[in-house]
Amino acid sequence: MAAKKVFKEKTNKALGVNPDDARLTLTYFSLAFIILFIGGTLGLLQGLNRAGLLELPAWFNYYQVLTAHGILLILIFTALFMVGYFYAALSHTLGGLIPVVRKMGWTALGLMLIGTAFVVTTIVMDEATVLYTFYPPMQASPWFYIGLVFIVLGVWAATIGVFTSAASWKKRNKGEHLPLLAFFAVGAFLLLFFGSIGVTIEVLTLIPWAFGWTETVNVMLSRTLFWSFGHTLVNVWYFTAISAWYVIVPRIIGGRLFSDTLTRVVVVLLVILNVPGGFHHQIIDPGFTEGLKFMHVFMSLSIAFPSLMTAFAMFAVFERTGRKKGAKGLFGWVKKLPWGDVRFLAPMIAMIAFIPAGAGGIAQTNNQLNQVVHNTLWVTGHFHLTVGTTVVLTFFGIMYWLIPYLSKRELTPKINKLGIIQTITWAVGMLFMSGAMHWVGLLGSPRRTSYTTYGDNATALSWDPYLFFLAIGGTLLFIGGGLMIYIVFHLMFKAPKGDTAFPIAEPEDGASPTPKWTERWGLWVVLAIAVISMGYLVPIVDLIFNAPPGSPPFRTW
Amino acid sequence: MRMNRYEEIWLILSVGVLVLSMVVTGYQTFAQGMGPPSEMETIDPQKVDETEPFDNPGVFEVGENEYEVVMTLQAFSFTPSDIELPVGAEVTFTMTSKDVIHGFQIAGTNANAMVVPGHIQTITETFDEPGEYLVLCNEYCGAAHEMMSTTITVK
Repeated sequence: MAAKKVFKEKTNKALGVNPDDARLTLTYFSLAFIILFIGGTLGLLQGLNRAGLLELPAWFNYYQVLTAHGILLILIFTALFMVGYFYAALSHTLGGLIPVVRKMGWTALGLMLIGTAFVVTTIVMDEATVLYTFYPPMQASPWFYIGLVFIVLGVWAATIGVFTSAASWKKRNKGEHLPLLAFFAVGAFLLLFFGSIGVTIEVLTLIPWAFGWTETVNVMLSRTLFWSFGHTLVNVWYFTAISAWYVIVPRIIGGRLFSDTLTRVVVVLLVILNVPGGFHHQIIDPGFTEGLKFMHVFMSLSIAFPSLMTAFAMFAVFERTGRKKGAKGLFGWVKKLPWGDVRFLAPMIAMIAFIPAGAGGIAQTNNQLNQVVHNTLWVTGHFHLTVGTTVVLTFFGIMYWLIPYLSKRELTPKINKLGIIQTITWAVGMLFMSGAMHWVGLLGSPRRTSYTTYGDNATALSWDPYLFFLAIGGTLLFIGGGLMIYIVFHLMFKAPKGDTAFPIAEPEDGASPTPKWTERWGLWVVLAIAVISMGYLVPIVDLIFNAPPGSPPFRTW
Repeated sequence: MRMNRYEEIWLILSVGVLVLSMVVTGYQTFAQGMGPPSEMETIDPQKVDETEPFDNPGVFEVGENEYEVVMTLQAFSFTPSDIELPVGAEVTFTMTSKDVIHGFQIAGTNANAMVVPGHIQTITETFDEPGEYLVLCNEYCGAAHEMMSTTITVK
């Protein structure tokens, strides 16, 4: 066993990363971080405008900035990062990408870029100032929706590549378990595929309507199809992040996997339970009965279960590793963690942020609590805590070893130090911004709204001090983001040459073998479809058959 | 699959919290009538002005200190606006949109609802404290979305 492991690591070092695969992933990451820079700059402009510190010009107004910020960061940055990361993971754990998969990777990139070009152009021309939720009957240029179709096609091409990789490896390694990181990739892309079906149907009905070939649109149906995607997407990013928590972080701190079986169960549960979770965005919508909404509380809360398993697993790994290094007492292990290593610090802060972020999510899932905060800045705060902190800081943490691994360079102590400064700047920025958003949201300040005092209304004026903190947070985030982009490109092109490992944790000695049933993807797909039907069949049929006369298009911007 | 003993305890406790939160939500919804706004009635969004009761929006006294406000939302205003109500009034807002999706939120209260074209939405709020309440649209509805607000004065 030990000899086999040594051998594996040696071949790994000798062969290193396949340069073709490295080029694919590095291209994805370069584009992702350029998009992050543009999206982040737009975010700063918004934060300053919202606090009343900056007036945006009429030719590039707040809502245009918001639309671009949302779409670039929520759809494009995350999609590019996710594909780049998982393709590198597949290449490493499955012994290189097979040529057809690599081709899929490039095709996916091409399709996504064409889509992005359409979307960004229409937004800049002020033909698609509809925010990233693009709720009809607000009608954007048809080219905006066509751009979205290309983005989805890109995502699907990447998905096919991932499935092909896994299937081909299984064929070549009969009876063996798919390596854990590849298992995560399959789960994440399966969920992404399920999540994107609804929104694709929505967009395909919007295109003929935007061209004027159909006169009206079913507003509630569109909205419901959108949210079957809108929230699933969040969990796809979360998936990407926790794959690093489970598989990478234990190795970085010198520990072992928590449990291979439990990790796979979490992956499967996340795939099965996720899609109906999006319904909680519609708790205060008309057209659904209270009974249906209550059933969805259960469906949304069930997603918390695998997350709670994750919380336990992570802290168990930390404690176990600390104790092995000689930690004593209840919290002695905390001191044994490598706090000075940015590859650990960034994902660790991400995990800590997930504690309040997850709790806030559970609160919003419950009907009456949701009503208090729905569409207030609380939601934006929650979103920046979950995605902006938990997911993105984990992504940043991955960069410190994955880019050197791919570019055959090394993370120097100097860049490590800069990375720690970057991580702290980002975390403090988010703390200010997201904290201010949560608080002022509870007081009633709305989200997605340009600077206003509502005619110097006393209530609205009382929100201003918090919005000022929001702007401070936004500025820190801009600095942190800038540092990160410098670090990413430094690690790609300037860092000293060297060998960096792809850190993958091994199971504990004497860990019980993973049962065969974890690989029964056919069954998981059937269960996922059953759960999705349970959540959506009744409301969607009802929205189609009891639909009001449709809505004509409006252009209100 | 064998689970760690502490993990089992952790999961049982956390599921307990989730179940408790559901029980509270269910009790509030079905026993206390605090469910979220879930009106099922629909309307032709292009004929709002000709359809009862929206052909005559306004504030109507329907019982002892009970009011109904029939309201249309449109980019970028509420009709009627600058509403006045007596203290302690129990008010039902019956609303629909004449164009895009709007939000209806009375800042500082829990009154918060989506108003979607083609659907009627209702929400009830009791105003026990005198003062001026800010009503605003909290769903992006176009270029002057941030101007879409009005007030309810409770005397």
